[in-house]
Amino acid sequence: MPAYLDHAATTPLSAEALAALTRELARTGNPSSLHGSGRRARRTVEDARETIAAAAGAHPSEVIFTSGGTESDNLAVKGLYWARRAEDPARRRILCSAVEHHAVLDTVEWLERHEGAEVTWLPVDGEGVVDLPFLEAELARDPAGVALVTVMWANNEVGTIQPVHRVVELAHAAGVPVHSDAVQAFGSLPVHFRDSGLDAMSISGHKIGGPVGVGALLLGRAVKLTPVQHGGGQERDVRSGTLDTASIAAFAAAAAGVTANPADEAARIAALRDRLVEGVLERIPEAVLRGAPGAGRLPGNAHFTFPGCEGDSLLFLLDLAGVESSTGSACTAGVPRPSHVLLAMGLDEETARGAQRFTLGHASTDADVDALLAALPDAYARARQAGMAGHESSIQTAGTIARQVPGSR
Amino acid sequence: MSGGVDSAVAAARAVEAGHDVVGVHLALSRMPGTLRTGSRGCCTIEDSRDAWRACDVLGIPYYVWDFSERFKEDVVQDFIDEYAAGRTPNPCMRCNERIKFAALLEKAIALGFDAVCTGHYAKVIEDADGNRELHRAADWAKDQSYVLGVLTHEQLKHSMFPLADTPSKAEVRAEAERRGLSVANKPDSHDICFIPDGDTAGWLAEKIEMTRGDIVDETGAKVGEHPGANAFTVGQRRGLKLGTPAADGKPRFVLEIRPKENKVVVGPQALLAIDEIRGIKVSWAGLPIREVETGEEFDCYAQVRAHGDPVPAAARMETAGDSAGQLVVRLADPLRGVAPGQTVVLYQGSRVLGQATIDAARSLQRAVL
Repeated sequence: MPAYLDHAATTPLSAEALAALTRELARTGNPSSLHGSGRRARRTVEDARETIAAAAGAHPSEVIFTSGGTESDNLAVKGLYWARRAEDPARRRILCSAVEHHAVLDTVEWLERHEGAEVTWLPVDGEGVVDLPFLEAELARDPAGVALVTVMWANNEVGTIQPVHRVVELAHAAGVPVHSDAVQAFGSLPVHFRDSGLDAMSISGHKIGGPVGVGALLLGRAVKLTPVQHGGGQERDVRSGTLDTASIAAFAAAAAGVTANPADEAARIAALRDRLVEGVLERIPEAVLRGAPGAGRLPGNAHFTFPGCEGDSLLFLLDLAGVESSTGSACTAGVPRPSHVLLAMGLDEETARGAQRFTLGHASTDADVDALLAALPDAYARARQAGMAGHESSIQTAGTIARQVPGSR
Repeated sequence: MSGGVDSAVAAARAVEAGHDVVGVHLALSRMPGTLRTGSRGCCTIEDSRDAWRACDVLGIPYYVWDFSERFKEDVVQDFIDEYAAGRTPNPCMRCNERIKFAALLEKAIALGFDAVCTGHYAKVIEDADGNRELHRAADWAKDQSYVLGVLTHEQLKHSMFPLADTPSKAEVRAEAERRGLSVANKPDSHDICFIPDGDTAGWLAEKIEMTRGDIVDETGAKVGEHPGANAFTVGQRRGLKLGTPAADGKPRFVLEIRPKENKVVVGPQALLAIDEIRGIKVSWAGLPIREVETGEEFDCYAQVRAHGDPVPAAARMETAGDSAGQLVVRLADPLRGVAPGQTVVLYQGSRVLGQATIDAARSLQRAVL
């Protein structure tokens, strides 16, 4: 079994979620149908809604089920923008942190390109914390022109927790609604939707031991939102589409699990994380922990830059040694690019290329940390060597031969 | 792994032979196209996904390595510079020399790998002393030893070509099908990978400043005008748009490009026949044969393009003063359309001896004129 240190990407399905999922998958019934099968499915969905509402500190009517974090972010950002602009065409500004997940970042950029949005990127400091005075000044500059503010609860790459409560205070003082992507925070931090004052908040199932393909947008009862997806009018007419009873039940089972003893579990994971961070810095003193220290970051997040090596090489070598990690920034089949989060934090491209993220979660144990600490020194040494390669070739090629003086051929 | 069938089958065979194999796709552009267009078989995200899919089927890891900066500098810019200087480069060869079997190989070795394994149709043979030789593939019709002729002994020591003994490409496709590789029927790539639409002249016109100039015949008489000498290639017949017909009424071909004078020289096909080649930037694929060291002339076959027929020749290394060695190749059968910048690869039987970049091509007939 490899040591799985990539819980920020996805988590193993919890036993409770698996049981709920398989139980419900075996049953028939559309929650919108009025007959017995439909009523039974509806009951399951509404039970789940109450569970998730309780876990997230919201009223059940504030839970809009979606297909996951990306959809929730799209729905919130586009929906708020359109609804606010419809009320007043002058509201075209979006204030968005520079370290958002691509689900928010690219949605905002899309609105800028296609829907006339004017975007102001909120800068962050060296630890990745959003600049509140900057936000305050931007709000004060033209409060009537701002459609929404979106700032994530905790960063998916470097784990930095944002001052969401302060963001809400400032925005609300200016009469502007706030969305927060809490996909990474929910389940690891005490996230309470109502106490936060947020107008909209995205959460996801598979980051907390639930299945992939289900999530929710928590949406304040008074908040107006223009739907992105049209159809049968489910979910307050905000998100049409047949409800996925099985996934929703499993999502709720996972949410109930992670919020049963939140403080204990967070303390357990944070202790593991601290041992991981200390162990890495002890073995590789030149490694730099990125993001906020201690209580300022997600309990399960450890993110480093390793000088002189490419994150890709390190990932590959660790994978070979049975340790599963991430460079932190998403890259599908394209070309690996340095993380926008690290660049926003002021790192140069070369430093940012040496990023490696280790994330712990409900399935993590001491053995996972041990496996990383055992494999890392060799992997780092090799990755550094490979990082040096390719600048000036040491392999004899036709070109290097031609440059040599005759007689030495 | 380009995403094509050859590299997928090569990887499959390496896995089957018991090696620890990791699939690597070279990112040669920071802005890859999303889907394949035309006959290209590499460099789009779709091709990257095809390679990824093949790796998943084979059960091996897959990584994209970004060599776009090196590629831009060592291959694309070199291609532009060579054309700008009136020469005709071979970018695939340059890529093999400097990227696939140099930058990539070096990174691989640093990461703990022993060799780069590709889907090239060529063969590496090891003699009793462990010295490596490069040979043509079993299927001469698909043979790609020409574009690998630039590999040095050290590069050959870290190269594997599992398709060497495959009787035909059809066999490779059938094998891919059998192995459940979805790329089995993917079309071959032909064009230069960084020129998406295959319009080399149009692509170059955007990169090189073109100045109108004269087209002259072999006697120096002006017979037309050109939009820019660099867009022409020796041996080219089409697109000359000559106003004055040739005296004999026969088609005329580009004989020579003179970048300094911005002139294109045209003439009858007979004058394209080249009898002697002088090559620079010489390298030997493996250990050089004895005559190379002694400076004696040796019999061999010379090939000047990837799919051109080899012709019998006699070659000799010339080292004068403190300049680097030059390779002089006398062709027994004259070759047509030999342009400076092209590579001449020398063979003995199936063995690749080495290569040189053509610096000058001499036509005895033209010299007589």
